[in-house]
Amino acid sequence: MRHIISVRDLAREAIDGLLDRAAEVEARQYDPNLLRGRILGLFFFEPSTRTRMSFESAMARLGGVSLNMGSVEASSVAKGETLADTIRVVSGYVDAIVLRHPKEGAARLASEFASVPVINAGDGAGQHPSQTLLDLYTIRKSMPLDGLRIGLLGDLRYGRTTHSLAIALSLYGAEIAAVAPKGLELPSGIVQELADRGTSVAEYSAVEDVIADLDVLYVTRIQRERFPYTASYLDVASSYRITPELVGLARPHMIVLHPLPRIDEIDPRVDALPNAKYFEQAHHGVSVRMAMLSEVMG
Amino acid sequence: MTHDGPQGLLISPIRHGTVIDHITAGQALNVLRILGITGTTTEEVSVATNVASGRVGRKDIVKIENRELCKEEVDRIALLAPDATINIIREFTVIEKKGVEHPHELLGVVRCPNPGCISNTAEPARSRFIVVPNGLRCHYCDWLISKEIAAHIL
Repeated sequence: MRHIISVRDLAREAIDGLLDRAAEVEARQYDPNLLRGRILGLFFFEPSTRTRMSFESAMARLGGVSLNMGSVEASSVAKGETLADTIRVVSGYVDAIVLRHPKEGAARLASEFASVPVINAGDGAGQHPSQTLLDLYTIRKSMPLDGLRIGLLGDLRYGRTTHSLAIALSLYGAEIAAVAPKGLELPSGIVQELADRGTSVAEYSAVEDVIADLDVLYVTRIQRERFPYTASYLDVASSYRITPELVGLARPHMIVLHPLPRIDEIDPRVDALPNAKYFEQAHHGVSVRMAMLSEVMG
Repeated sequence: MTHDGPQGLLISPIRHGTVIDHITAGQALNVLRILGITGTTTEEVSVATNVASGRVGRKDIVKIENRELCKEEVDRIALLAPDATINIIREFTVIEKKGVEHPHELLGVVRCPNPGCISNTAEPARSRFIVVPNGLRCHYCDWLISKEIAAHIL
């Protein structure tokens, strides 16, 4: 049984294989009845729009159906049931589980109690492998993944997408430039792990200092819920903003990515530039998740 | 007080049990914690700390009566005292002497310091850490413990 829990579990060959399959899906080279008669269970203990809907779309396009747990308040979780028990029970209802949960390691735990494959759709500040795969897929459509110089900008402390992406890119010899407001820098454990994987991280205090050297700029939002006071949130959130003028300092081939939703960190005027790839990135979520569902259930 | 005569043994020999020698100085009590030996357990235990040693300068020694450590227990000690040697004693005789090896993983030994980790909830998740070159990595949340491992022993 194949679970997809963390990019740390994926060798480069496995990632390349999933991205190749996503490319075939995008080119309409897939069986629309591959998962006919199969049921995907969606268990989202935290809010989600893109991830949940793109998994539902992916399942429908492969001929299967989705069952949604609904809100936590309307489920047995509200009665105090453990995740482990929930997973054991619903394993009898569905053919695969997509799980988002606020606790780190929840998907790993679920995989130990499930009798069907589990896909991690985000666990706290931990892993979000389907997001990472679609990030890689979007980059690969513009340039080879090997030897990239990527800038990670924003909340690098709590932002799980940047952690997963950095770990995955270490398999491709990336150089990482980290630009974060004070207090939201990459955790030392991640920096150490990247160093152990042979990937150097250079820290910058302003994106202007490094943008001219980048192939990819990966922007994330500051999460308001991390700040107890609105004023401190606004101070940090307004400390960077990607504008057409800033993108003008970059090399022409540099692309701008963002896992979305964005707030104010990217000026809407950037959307019209050829460098802006974040909406394409979101659209690729369906192809990549179709590849993942094929992998675990096909 | 004089020391003219032969000095007595710092700790008397044991009849049956385990002697853990060459423990990194200062780590004896942590070794006992990692073995789950506390004031509420029944083992008869002798501890010597900062004993002069020709091999490592200073060392700690622990003797545990009537308990022979199994390999899993012995390997846990490697995290705190990589140079420790384990002597299994029967009828005052060393019948087995072995070093310690780093285990591949630790089950139920260390608490994950990440408050957001699923292993720190009411879920049936037993603490599980993978031993990596620079410390311990939580099996669930990937948190890395790279220093002061003893502070996280359950």
